[in-house]
Formats: sequence, C-alpha cells, structure tokens
Amino acid sequence: MSSAAEIARQTQQREIRNRWLLSAPALLIIFFAAIGPLFVVLAYSFMVKGDYGDVKFGQYSLDGWFSVFFQRDIFDDTLTLADAHLSIFWRSLKLSFFTTLLTLLLGFPTAYFIATRPRNTREIWVFLVTIPFWTNLLIRTFAMQQVIRNEGVVNSVLMWTGIIDQPLQIMFTDTAILLGMVYVYLPLMILPLYASMEKLDFRLIEAGYDLYAGRLQVLWRVIIPLVKPGVIAGSILVFIPSLGAYVIPRVLGGGKNLMLGNLIELQFGAGRNWPLGAALSITLMVIVMVALLFYVRNAARSGAQHG
Amino acid sequence: MVRRRFEIRTQPGFAFLALVTFFMLYLPIAVLVVYAFNASDSITIWGGLSLHWFRVAWNNSAVQDAAWRSLIIAVFAATFATITATMAALATTRTPPYPGLTFKYAFINQPLMVPEIVTAVALLIVFSRVKVWTGYSGLGYLIAAHTAFCIPFAYLPIRARLESMDLTLERAAADLYATPWMAFKRITLPLLRPGIIAGFMLAFVISLDDVVITEFVKSGGQDTLPTYMLGQIRRTVTPEVNAIATAFLALSVILVTAFFFINRQKN
Repeated sequence: MSSAAEIARQTQQREIRNRWLLSAPALLIIFFAAIGPLFVVLAYSFMVKGDYGDVKFGQYSLDGWFSVFFQRDIFDDTLTLADAHLSIFWRSLKLSFFTTLLTLLLGFPTAYFIATRPRNTREIWVFLVTIPFWTNLLIRTFAMQQVIRNEGVVNSVLMWTGIIDQPLQIMFTDTAILLGMVYVYLPLMILPLYASMEKLDFRLIEAGYDLYAGRLQVLWRVIIPLVKPGVIAGSILVFIPSLGAYVIPRVLGGGKNLMLGNLIELQFGAGRNWPLGAALSITLMVIVMVALLFYVRNAARSGAQHG
Repeated sequence: MVRRRFEIRTQPGFAFLALVTFFMLYLPIAVLVVYAFNASDSITIWGGLSLHWFRVAWNNSAVQDAAWRSLIIAVFAATFATITATMAALATTRTPPYPGLTFKYAFINQPLMVPEIVTAVALLIVFSRVKVWTGYSGLGYLIAAHTAFCIPFAYLPIRARLESMDLTLERAAADLYATPWMAFKRITLPLLRPGIIAGFMLAFVISLDDVVITEFVKSGGQDTLPTYMLGQIRRTVTPEVNAIATAFLALSVILVTAFFFINRQKN
C-alpha cells in the first residue's frame, strides 16, 4: 500500500513523462534538421579536405582551422597571415557595426515618433514598419539594387538635377552592402525600440523638464537610460544577422566584396575546402554566441534593476 | 503674446527623421513595383504602363514550377511545424517548473540563434551524405529543413496564447467526466485556435521567404521562387523579375494584413 505522498509523486512523474512525449516530435525535428548537423560541421572542421570537395573520412588534421588565419606559401613554404580572410572578417565586423549604428540613428527617432502618436494611429505606424519586415529579404535587396544601380532612381535624380554628370558607382561597393543592410534590417531595430518606448512613463520626462533640464539633457539622461533594454535588443537583432549576411553582399557587393557568409559559401563551392568552410562557420557561430551572451547578461541586469 | 505650449513629448528633429525613415522604407519597394508595370524590354527605360511582364512571368514554366514547389514546401512545413509546436507548447506551459523545461525552451528557440548560413552549410554537409546513402533526393529534405526553422515561429504565438489561458475550464470539464481527449478537443483547442492560426501563418511566411537554407539544401531542378529569383538577379535582369517580386510582395502584404486583423480582433 502506497502513501498519499507516494501516489502524488507517481502522478507527477507520469505528468512529466507525458510532457516529454508531447514535446518529442518538435525536439526531434530540430535535432535532426538543425542542431545535430552543427556537430557534424564541428567534426568536419577537423578533417582532411577531399580532392574534389567533401572530406576524407577518418583522416584528421588541423589544416582547416589553421587556414582560417594563416596561409602557407606554395613555393617556399613560409607562413603568412591569411590577409584575404582577415580582411573579410574585418569587413564583416566593420559593416555590421556601421549597420547597427545607422539603423539605431534612424530607428530611435522613428520608434520615438511612433510611441508619441495618439493611441489609435500608433497601430497603423507599427503596421507600416511590419510590412517591409515581413517582405522577402531577397525582394528588398533586389529593390535596393534598383534604387542604387547606375541607371537607378538615385543616379537619375542626381543627374537630372545636374548635381553630377556621371552616374555614381554605388553597386558592387561596400557602401552598397551597407545601404542594403541598413534598409533590410531597419525594422529589426525599430520594433524592439518601439516596444520599450511604448511603456515610457512621460511623467518622468516632465519631471526632468521641471528640474530645468534641456531637451538634450532629457534625451540623454532620462529617455535613453529608460529605453536601454530596447536599444540593446535592437542592436543585437541587427548586428547578428548582419554578421552572417549572405544574400545582401552576394547581390549588392558583387564577386569582390565578400562578407563572412560568402567566404563560407565559397569554400563549399569553387574553393573545395570543406574543413576550412566548416571552421569558418564555427568561428562565425562563436562570435554570434558571444554577442548573445552579452545581450542575455545585460537583459538580466536591467531586468533586475527595473524589477 | 501667445506662447506656444511646451510639448514635453516631442524631441526636435525626431518627426523629420521618422518621416525620412518611412520614405526610405517604401521608396525601393515603390520603384520595384512601378517597374514591374513597365512595357519596355529593359528595366532602365520606361516604356509606358503595361501588364506585359506579368503575363510573361505567368506563362514561364520555370516560374510556375518554382511557385508550385514553394507553395508545397510551405504548406507541408507550416503544417508539420504548427502541429509539433502546438504539442510542444502544451508540454511547456501551464506547469510548475520541471527538470528539462529550460532545456526545451533553449532547444526550440535554437534555430533563431544560429546564423542561417551556418545552418545552411551544416544541412548541405549532412544531407549530401544522406542523399548518397539512401538514393532519395526529393523534396523531403527541404520540407524537413523548413519545418525545423519554422517551429520556433509557430511556437511563439501558440505559447503566448496558452499562457494567457488558465486551467479552470479544463478542470471543470474533467469534473463533468470529460476524458482528457474530449476536454482537449472541446475546450483547449477552440480556445487555442487564434494562436494556432497565427503560428501557422508565421511559419508559412517564413518558409515561403527562405532563400539561404533552400539554396544550399535543394537538389538540381528544385528551385523555389526565391532561389529562382536569386539565380535570375545574377543574370541579365528584365522586368519579369520585378513582376514576380511584385506578385510575391502582394501575397506577403495580404498575409501580413490578415495577420494584423486577426490579432486585432483577439485583443
């Protein structure tokens, strides 16, 4: 005969088991078609590259990781830093940083503008941000291409007004990639900023003015500290996909201005160096994880502050 | 002298920058759409208003194939993702914390955390092996991959909906001798419906939009509409691509608008 406590414990055990069974299909699909393959990538980064792509199974080497940072001269066997890779790393970091900065500079006033509209029109402004957000990324990139190409709207207007007499070569430059990323990721900045500004307590701003603060002081010392979680969330949401961007640099940057995503693809295509591609993928993932950890720590801290 | 009231909510220049931003957000889309209606053969010269390129795209068998394939993958992936996400949401809400609960959250949201290009090459590596081993190279791989990254999107609104429902009604049903399955079918499911619809629509749009993972996973001749367009953009561009993009855009706008109104009704 079992006691009441024993029965309760058994019921609870069964309940937990049922909950595991219920979530099993989702967990299994994600394991087989998303998480599991990442471990295979990790394993591949330590294998010997095959002659025509793929790897030689069971033969291990650190060459993949080695060639992320270094290259061996084919004639005299000397070691040098892999300038090409490092410059692509640098371009990715630089462009992602400026994308985040520019989307913040445009997104902050926009989110504030929406948050200070009357309640009934606010929804419509948010909706106007949501539409580009849900529009296919490739279509938006293609749309940007049509604006900035040599015969595009920007150049036509500038030439028509006589400001320039030769079209500006924007396509296939870093500027094109930057413009494309700012355009594509702007909604990712505006939406979380708006979410935190919507909750802004305007009595605090009024108190600031009552205490003789100027407009700028109120902005810097009251508004920005209050919406900091939104600023961090928006920045992370923009920075991470920028770093892994693949379609935008491929369409707007042409063949020369590669970013990390394109460098990775190259190793699985023409480069035929899968271990290097795998090592680069893991590197990109580690950078993203570090950025996410930074975000989680900050979110936890500001969560603790504001209760 | 009348002094203008001091408006505490405004910041100088913010409204202007906001309007510039909205202009920036819509200018490229507007250009794209306008040129889809261009009668001329090139995207650079305006030849008057016409539906010519829509007709060309409509009659292009490659476009038809790609559109069908996109639709089939999206329907299957969104359906699988919604069913499994609903089950997972039921298993992870309305419960005191139990061992593994946080693990499940992290696991389900994982596809959102990894850069798409990394998932894409990971799937390329694994599926290219599996294709050799099994000899099967059909749409199953694309559907599996899409299902996996759609699950977190379907899960979010369903979980949100469940968290706003308490267990009172289900308990009442149990008191009235309803079996758990009956209670689920007659109480939980109808109440959960808006969340499930929202989840399905999100998953559907996400699947339809995917470029990167599809580009790496697809076998030869398995282009979806986005990968077909990606291929076309690299070649010489005619307004046909604009027409396809505009039709695609219209579909997204309809879905998002429907989503917006469903959500608004709920509140």
